Amino acid sequence: MINNNYKINYTNVILRMLLYFFLSVFVLYYLLPLFVMVTTSLKSLEEIRTGSLVALPRNITFEAWGTAWSSACTGIQCEGLKPYFWNSILIAIPAVFISTLIGALNGYVVAQWRFKGANIIFALMLFGCFIPFQVVLLPMARVLGLMDLAGSIIGLIFVHVIYGIGFTTLFFRNYYVNIPSELVKAAKMDGATFLRIFWSIFLPLSLPIIVVTIIWQFTQIWNDFLFGVSFSEAGTQPITVALNNIVNSTTGVKEYNVDMAAAIIAAMPTLLVYIFAGKYFIRGLTAGSVKG
Amino acid sequence: MSNWLEKHLPKIVLGPSLFAIILFVYGFIAWTAWISFTKSRLMPKYDIVGFIQYSRLFDSPRWEVAIDNLFIFGFLFILISMFLGLLIAIFLDQKIRVEGALRTIYLYPMALSLIVTGTAWKWILNPGLGLESVVKSWGFTDFTFDWVINPDFAIYTVVIAGVWQASGFVMALFLAGLRSVDQEIIKAAQVDGVPTFKIYTAIIIPSMAPIFLSAFIVLAHLAIKSFDLVIALTGGGPGYATDLPATYMYTMAFSRGDIGQAASSAIIMMLVVFAVVVPYLYSELRNKNDQ
Repeated sequence: MINNNYKINYTNVILRMLLYFFLSVFVLYYLLPLFVMVTTSLKSLEEIRTGSLVALPRNITFEAWGTAWSSACTGIQCEGLKPYFWNSILIAIPAVFISTLIGALNGYVVAQWRFKGANIIFALMLFGCFIPFQVVLLPMARVLGLMDLAGSIIGLIFVHVIYGIGFTTLFFRNYYVNIPSELVKAAKMDGATFLRIFWSIFLPLSLPIIVVTIIWQFTQIWNDFLFGVSFSEAGTQPITVALNNIVNSTTGVKEYNVDMAAAIIAAMPTLLVYIFAGKYFIRGLTAGSVKG
Repeated sequence: MSNWLEKHLPKIVLGPSLFAIILFVYGFIAWTAWISFTKSRLMPKYDIVGFIQYSRLFDSPRWEVAIDNLFIFGFLFILISMFLGLLIAIFLDQKIRVEGALRTIYLYPMALSLIVTGTAWKWILNPGLGLESVVKSWGFTDFTFDWVINPDFAIYTVVIAGVWQASGFVMALFLAGLRSVDQEIIKAAQVDGVPTFKIYTAIIIPSMAPIFLSAFIVLAHLAIKSFDLVIALTGGGPGYATDLPATYMYTMAFSRGDIGQAASSAIIMMLVVFAVVVPYLYSELRNKNDQ
């Protein structure tokens, strides 16, 4: 009996070691690209050509970072990522703010002020979350042109707000639906109005879902490429489009270190959000995909 | 007056969004569908002529490549991501001490733009200075790994990068599923001496069927919409070897000036998405109403 137990423990130890071994292999797999990006961005071109992809840099240089930020060529212009980084911020901040606000109000109505047809409206919105955006690209390009917004930052904000409403409404609706409807009834008895109840009762309860929604929308909009490449023009392009242009510009020597530095700069904001608010990021991902 | 306003305010609040969705989602779909039945080329024409664009589409060798690629990419991307995600989730579920840190590492690619992912993998997979030369430098001088520039294999590099991006997310879904399985049943099975492997295959995994479905829907949806990753990794090339429907549509719309082809390919994409999503959404909404 004792012997037997001892044996089981022994195999358990081996199994545990195997388990940790495999988990470590996966860690290497997921970290390799990040490692290669960072080390490549810190090497000189000379060292990249002569050294190994997976070697640590011998002489650390931040030259590639400087080039990527302020002088790399995105086609004919050579101003680096800087102007496009600001474009992305100018697009993301208002688009995130407006779509979150609209989503909160919509979710509040759909969850707590059900009127006839409200469910159908919600289903229509939900459905809109799933369409492949290719199906709206052509008419949107024409409508932006008609509204004189073609190729403008405002046009991109508009597009991101429109196609973000479905998800933001979904997030807030699923959150507010769990708040007992007696709350609204009681507040109405006391003479509180629609907006008053939203402002004084629902908004103060909403901090977690506001964070989830803002993070989700910010990640979506910052990482967007399809709308960016379809509806921008030279000067208004978001950072993802500029990054792709830097990497695929065919003029001159291929500067891999600059490409990698540019990729890290483009990834930095969403990566920081993930590192500092990962919990909310994951909640958004699962809520956005499972429930939606 | 203020009573009337108060009574109708919920509808007034929802109104603009409803209007926007009807116009910019459903109206636009209708417009695209309409155009797909016309002879539109550089400029839209509105005379319906039938299925001309669709027969052009399905006669096009390039579209055939795009559809084949969608199936190859979609199948492998979904299968490998699910397998890897489930495997890692089960491993992580064994009371691992550093689980939080590991989860963070496995999931971070989901925060990145696919353009960033594509750029990184393009560099890692490039034959001259990338992984190929690393393995060569270890003494395997005959080793070749030129998939990213090889028309027959380039689509598999899209799978590699896609799996890297999405598998951690599938892991998170499965891990949440594993944690929600009734612990009493597992304990009872353990007391009865059922081996751990059997507990997983006979009890835990079957009870996670809805999570498999969710993961499948999410991954299929990602696969059909894949655009950024191909653009950044291979640019659709070599030639058009890694074209997907999404890149085909974009090329037709914005570089070839062939609106008719762009519209018809977009409609096909939407039909494929709906074939996957609609049954799922329908059952989800119905279940919710039943509760």
